[in-house]
Amino acid sequence: MTTAADIPEQESWFHRNQQRIAPWLFLAPGLLFFMVYVIIPVFQSFNLSLYEWDGLGAAEYVGFRNYEDLYWEWSDRDAFYISLKNNLIWLLLYLLAIPAGLFIALFLNQTVWGIRLYKSLFFFPFVISQVVVGLVFTWFYDPTFGLLNEFLGMFGMGPLNVLGDERFVTYGIIFAGLWPQTAYCMILYLTGLNAVDPEQIEAGRLDGAKGAKMLWHIILPQLRPATFIAFVVTIIGALRSFDLISIMTQGGPFGSSRVLAYYMFEVALSEYGFRMGYGAAIAVILFLIMLCFIAYFLWSMYREEKGY
Amino acid sequence: MHSIFKRTAAALATSVAIAAPASAELTGELRIFLDTSNPAPRATMEAMIERFAAQHPGLEIETTVIDREAYKTQIRNFLTADTPDVATWYAANRMKPYVEAGLFEDVSDLWAEPAIADNLASTKGAMTIDGKQWGVPYTYYQWGVYYRKDIFDELGLSEPTTWEEELANCQKIVESGRACYTIGTKFLWTAGGWFDYLNMRTNGFDFHQQLANGEISWEDDRVKQTFANWKQLIDMGAFIDNHQTYSWQEALPFMVKGDATAYLMGNFAVAPLREAGLTDDQLDFYQFVAINPDVELAEDAPTDTFHIPANAANKEAAREFLRFAVSPDEQTEINNGANLGQLPVNAQSSVDEDKFLQQGFQMLSANSPGGVAQFWDRDAPAEMAKASMEGFQEFMVKPDNADKILSKLERARQRIYDN
Repeated sequence: MTTAADIPEQESWFHRNQQRIAPWLFLAPGLLFFMVYVIIPVFQSFNLSLYEWDGLGAAEYVGFRNYEDLYWEWSDRDAFYISLKNNLIWLLLYLLAIPAGLFIALFLNQTVWGIRLYKSLFFFPFVISQVVVGLVFTWFYDPTFGLLNEFLGMFGMGPLNVLGDERFVTYGIIFAGLWPQTAYCMILYLTGLNAVDPEQIEAGRLDGAKGAKMLWHIILPQLRPATFIAFVVTIIGALRSFDLISIMTQGGPFGSSRVLAYYMFEVALSEYGFRMGYGAAIAVILFLIMLCFIAYFLWSMYREEKGY
Repeated sequence: MHSIFKRTAAALATSVAIAAPASAELTGELRIFLDTSNPAPRATMEAMIERFAAQHPGLEIETTVIDREAYKTQIRNFLTADTPDVATWYAANRMKPYVEAGLFEDVSDLWAEPAIADNLASTKGAMTIDGKQWGVPYTYYQWGVYYRKDIFDELGLSEPTTWEEELANCQKIVESGRACYTIGTKFLWTAGGWFDYLNMRTNGFDFHQQLANGEISWEDDRVKQTFANWKQLIDMGAFIDNHQTYSWQEALPFMVKGDATAYLMGNFAVAPLREAGLTDDQLDFYQFVAINPDVELAEDAPTDTFHIPANAANKEAAREFLRFAVSPDEQTEINNGANLGQLPVNAQSSVDEDKFLQQGFQMLSANSPGGVAQFWDRDAPAEMAKASMEGFQEFMVKPDNADKILSKLERARQRIYDN
């Protein structure tokens, strides 16, 4: 009994501050890895972009010359310009996955026999590897034996070499990318639709809302969280569109399907790449573009939190 | 199979007999990294290492085979940390970054030994940077035109030797509804082979090397002449359509099916063509035609090599392994038709009976007075190779853009060689 009374006086610093320390202790492993693998490399890349380094010998400090070279590539309409332009096209067109996913989700959000099977079939492209998606579409577009040209031929339209023509190649790859991305957005919306409040729909119906009006004023506002997530993953997916390009065209023909992520890889890490500093400079530019979106996402999340 | 085993055993017996008294006992560990990841080359290499191990029982040999493409990026890591004692790589400019970074061992001492100096002279130039040798070759192969003899016979054509004959042949082939050449430029380097030949035939070997070394402007009239020659072929429809979409393997069926009659390629194309069903009666080989009669013929013959990393632990054993790999018997064995199916680097070795290897060997030893180039992407620095091969691809699709492409390459040259 007497010992129990003594405890408060002997309480250690850890015990006194347990409440405040505990969250940090739980966060520590995550924070540590986030620092080591994300935050510190961001600064390292920026630092590296000021050097000229072949990955082997000594690095030479060149100030902002790598960025200057990028600027010249921009004004010459060279590789960097093409990559940036393609990135923009990716960003815009990739967003089509959101309405497409919503449409399919609405279509599948019904109770008929075997709907689970249909849902999983629609979700299928997201499950298979991007490498497989790339290969399948490469064969689909093949100018000699591809299904696309067989199909076009039925309407008497000439053969189209989608992946070999610098005018179409980026759109061709984006289309391939939309296939799995739409499935992803669809799943997000399907789960969102489960949470839609039936009473509000009922109320809307009493007020005479139907079809598009119902969708726009009653359903979509309730799907806002799903739309937000779909937007985030699609934007990020568009910015890191690398695997499809690598598999389908290797950035070709003559470099016209490059995006920044692929160009960075090509310059720094591919078979012919030895310019680590230059690659880092491209990475920094890509990071700054992403930062705009990240800032927007964080801001809107913050606003949401405050709203409640 | 049985005869191969016998031959191997015989080769083993003789090489043991020759080498055993000469070499002191080697001990310790020998780590060998190989990029020969395809099944046949892999088995060849492993068999060779076993024979080497049998000679040196005191040596503990550890072999690591890395995927050929992955090897190209991994080499940068393993040359600096966790370094093997022997590593495969490529000759000429391809090894330059590692030589300059001090990561390859200078093996000029090996090249001073009579056994190597006398027998490997033909590849010495490709292994030399700054007057020193940085490795030894273990195999090489010829490039040239592989063609469908049956289609040539059908059209009454014979192997061309001059540019005029070449164009006349091609005209007939195109009129028969075929393409003269199949090619797949998706991975760019195949277009580099065409540029190699057209430029070496138009302007000669020395000019070609100067261009690769950045000493000549891409807007020089002589370079423009090369492109003008190339354009002649492109404009007449000599190449298959949509080649920018295909890899070199994907371009093979056009030749097998007879939609295209020839392929400018390395000797490694023979195996898949045979596997696809073409017999040796249907398939033949000729040397790329002369264009400018004033320049000597020069050939592409890429060489694969062994190197000792500068940080290797057991350099003594590594040197012994290099000596072993280039010895006449080993060279005969590993390059024969049952193994690599390529050309031995040692002059004392015998070339396999295969008709393409025989023709290639003849061509390289007797009819290539101008010199032997490695290949565009091994002779030119990596960055320039990449930029230029992209330009070649664009040119092959849009020959009218030649001036624009060349001025872009000239800008690239000024930036790349400046550093």
